[in-house]
Amino acid sequence: MTATTQTHHQEAISPARRLVMNRVGLWMFIISETFLFSGILVSRFYLWGGTRPHLNQLLGMSVTLILVTSSFFANRAEVAIKYGDRKVFLRSILMTILLGLLFLVGVVGMEWPSAPVKPTMDGEFNVYGAVLFFMTGMHAFHVLTGVVLLAIVARLGARGHFHAEHFWGVEAAVIYWHFVDVVWVFFYPALYLMGTAVGPGH
Amino acid sequence: MKLGGRLLLGLIIGVVAGAVLYTVMRIILGMPAWAANPWPMVALALTTGSIGLLWGIEPSLGLARGLMGMVAGFVVGLLVTYVIRLVLGMDPAWKPEPAWVVGAVLGSLGFLLGVGVMTDWLRWTRGEKTPEQHGPPKGKPAWVRYFGADQNHKVIGVQYTVTGILLLGAAGTFAMIFRTELTNPGMDFLSADLFNTFISIHGIVMIASILMGIGGLMNYLVPLMLGANDMAFPRLNSFGFWVAVPGAILILMALFFGGWNTGWTGYAPLSVRGPLGIDFFMIGVFIFGFSSILGAVNLITTVLTMRAPGMSMFRMPIFVWAALATSLIQLTGTQFIGLSFLMVVLERLFHMGFYEPSLGGKVLLFQHLFWFYSHPAVYIFILPGLGIISELLPVFARKPLFGYKWIALSSMAIAILGFLVWAHHMFTSGMSASLRVPFMYSTMLVAVPTGVKFFSWLGTMWRGKLSFPTPMLFVLTSIAVFLIGGLTGPPLATVPTDLHLHDSYYVVGHFHATMFGGFVFPFFAALYFWFPKITGRMYNERLGKIHWFFQTVGFYTMSLYMMRAGLLGMRRRLVDYDPALGVAGFHHVITMAGWLIFLSVVVGVLNLAWSARRGPVAALNPWESRSPEWLLPSPVPEHNYEEPFEVVGEPYDYGIPDSVYVRMHSEPARAG
Repeated sequence: MTATTQTHHQEAISPARRLVMNRVGLWMFIISETFLFSGILVSRFYLWGGTRPHLNQLLGMSVTLILVTSSFFANRAEVAIKYGDRKVFLRSILMTILLGLLFLVGVVGMEWPSAPVKPTMDGEFNVYGAVLFFMTGMHAFHVLTGVVLLAIVARLGARGHFHAEHFWGVEAAVIYWHFVDVVWVFFYPALYLMGTAVGPGH
Repeated sequence: MKLGGRLLLGLIIGVVAGAVLYTVMRIILGMPAWAANPWPMVALALTTGSIGLLWGIEPSLGLARGLMGMVAGFVVGLLVTYVIRLVLGMDPAWKPEPAWVVGAVLGSLGFLLGVGVMTDWLRWTRGEKTPEQHGPPKGKPAWVRYFGADQNHKVIGVQYTVTGILLLGAAGTFAMIFRTELTNPGMDFLSADLFNTFISIHGIVMIASILMGIGGLMNYLVPLMLGANDMAFPRLNSFGFWVAVPGAILILMALFFGGWNTGWTGYAPLSVRGPLGIDFFMIGVFIFGFSSILGAVNLITTVLTMRAPGMSMFRMPIFVWAALATSLIQLTGTQFIGLSFLMVVLERLFHMGFYEPSLGGKVLLFQHLFWFYSHPAVYIFILPGLGIISELLPVFARKPLFGYKWIALSSMAIAILGFLVWAHHMFTSGMSASLRVPFMYSTMLVAVPTGVKFFSWLGTMWRGKLSFPTPMLFVLTSIAVFLIGGLTGPPLATVPTDLHLHDSYYVVGHFHATMFGGFVFPFFAALYFWFPKITGRMYNERLGKIHWFFQTVGFYTMSLYMMRAGLLGMRRRLVDYDPALGVAGFHHVITMAGWLIFLSVVVGVLNLAWSARRGPVAALNPWESRSPEWLLPSPVPEHNYEEPFEVVGEPYDYGIPDSVYVRMHSEPARAG
């Protein structure tokens, strides 16, 4: 940006203050999203109560471990770029993306076709199928957006866009990734562990 | 080319393109090229013709490009769904509902891409830097910026406000149509389906209009009051306005897709079974919700991080507190109406049994989720209005605002309490009777912070030097009307009386009293009050008072007769009623009063529109307000405050000698 396009208004906000404003804004957005996922969780308890469908426990445990591990690498990427270590940053963020994609394969590619919640003759899903697909689907959609954001950040990072003084893009994507991860920490027990399993099993 | 030539060219190209597009789409989708019903083709041709006219006026209008993007998005959505169904071998390949739903989503995206509010963000993902944009586009007339993606909060505030007034006119027209039908017993000119559609669309378009109206007030005023030069995120601000436009368009499009018969509440399971219009209504509301949430993110961040030096939270102008409380509800609650509507659309598309009892779903889930937003939503509508009352009263009473901190905190208390009362809408819904009493008490509790506000307003007026220009008249009527709305609430919060009054015209009267007292009257007060600030000109005082008088008389008549009809047993949402009920005379009066309100608003809007161009030039600070925005020239320059100011005193110390609120750095002191 040249000095001529720089205006009075932009000079008024220092980079340090801009960072604070960005952080407040992002956290406001995350508070909002928290209400969305709380609503989904409440709906699960309202509709399923103390029951749950028979799901593949090994698959559930595996995707959970994969996602939690991905958060570790996301954090490593953020710390690395704040210390200016681009190599570790890039490796960690690619690892995060890989694990995120693995999670999506596990949930959408494996759990969805195998879950014992088939549609009826009229193509209707009962309440178990509806809630299962809705919860995992809404979450998977957010994981997908997180992967897209991380991919954008990785591509920019590979071109040297981020460094120790310029890391907001990384931080934002990583905080969002942690948030999506924490949502799953609540969704996993609600889907796989709590209540008695009913209906056909594996 | 001359303007006339461009208009004609745009119109012809638009109409032809619409007709060709319609025919080509029919051929692709495997239908006979010529339909027996010509009206869809005419409607599309008229739409594209209007876009052509807009393009003819000024080719660079963001609105015209957005609408073109929307049409393109719809076409892509319809074709993509058709092709996917064809490839998957689903029968029939052309199924209207999924195709139009995908079209609506992609159409909205197309609108946003076309209007240009995402351009900067997309460039950021490629690592490019984009300067913030200031002033109208280069080489274009100044008015062009109001029809495109502009990042200045004052332009966006005006965009919100004008859109709000347009939607107010549309929703008011819908009301007049079905209100006229109700004048006499018997079916006069509307069918039952059309009546249901009009009451539903009146409700939701009014809500959209109110959300736009408060968005306008908050976006225009809050940065000025805080001493900031813009909102925290100017691009997000622009996105927040423009995302509401396709939302509103989708809601209005529902009219042409069978309308909908559920009322604005869209209760399942009726909404799961209703016509295609319900998909448009619900997706429109869903997309509109982005505007609420992102606007709230922006506003809260602005209030928390961009206050002038010395402006502690308790030295902010009181309207900012109201805006903050409102935004907190919008930020959190909006997710729930989105969630409940999304689940209806999913149940319609994929037969997912969230609400269908035969599949194990629960009907009441919809009402819980829906009211968890939609009750707090009424506080979204009224809190800014109550803030306007508190903001303007001290100016016209020339006295300090009585109990500033209590007013500020009562707004927050209403925002929090609002989340604890939703089930009072469900006393007759068959929910567990044990929930009734707790929700009765929590609802009654709302009267406490609201009462604090009333005491403060009385205390502010007490022994003040009152003057009565138009804004003050609207403020005083707001208080009186909101009092009626408030006092008629406890009988509805009390379970035994609610069981009798529920679903009657009493509720309709009560609700309209809260909305007029909490939004409509304060909104017009604010419009008249800040009109000289926004336009630099003065409205016509006599016409303003005429507007106020007829709106007040019309409103009292309408609201009180509605309540009386309800007490006599008139049920709401009925297209017809039994003359033996003895309420036909009341309905005559209500309809006439409704028309009176409608015409008075027309007078008011015409007054403002005319005065914006031709009114006398306004004095610098016609109301002798202490608020910092009145230190600026009118209309406010592009970068609000060329030099920052410092807050050195209390905001509302009117009538106290030598008290100072803000001090510009260049001048020693300024008396209030």
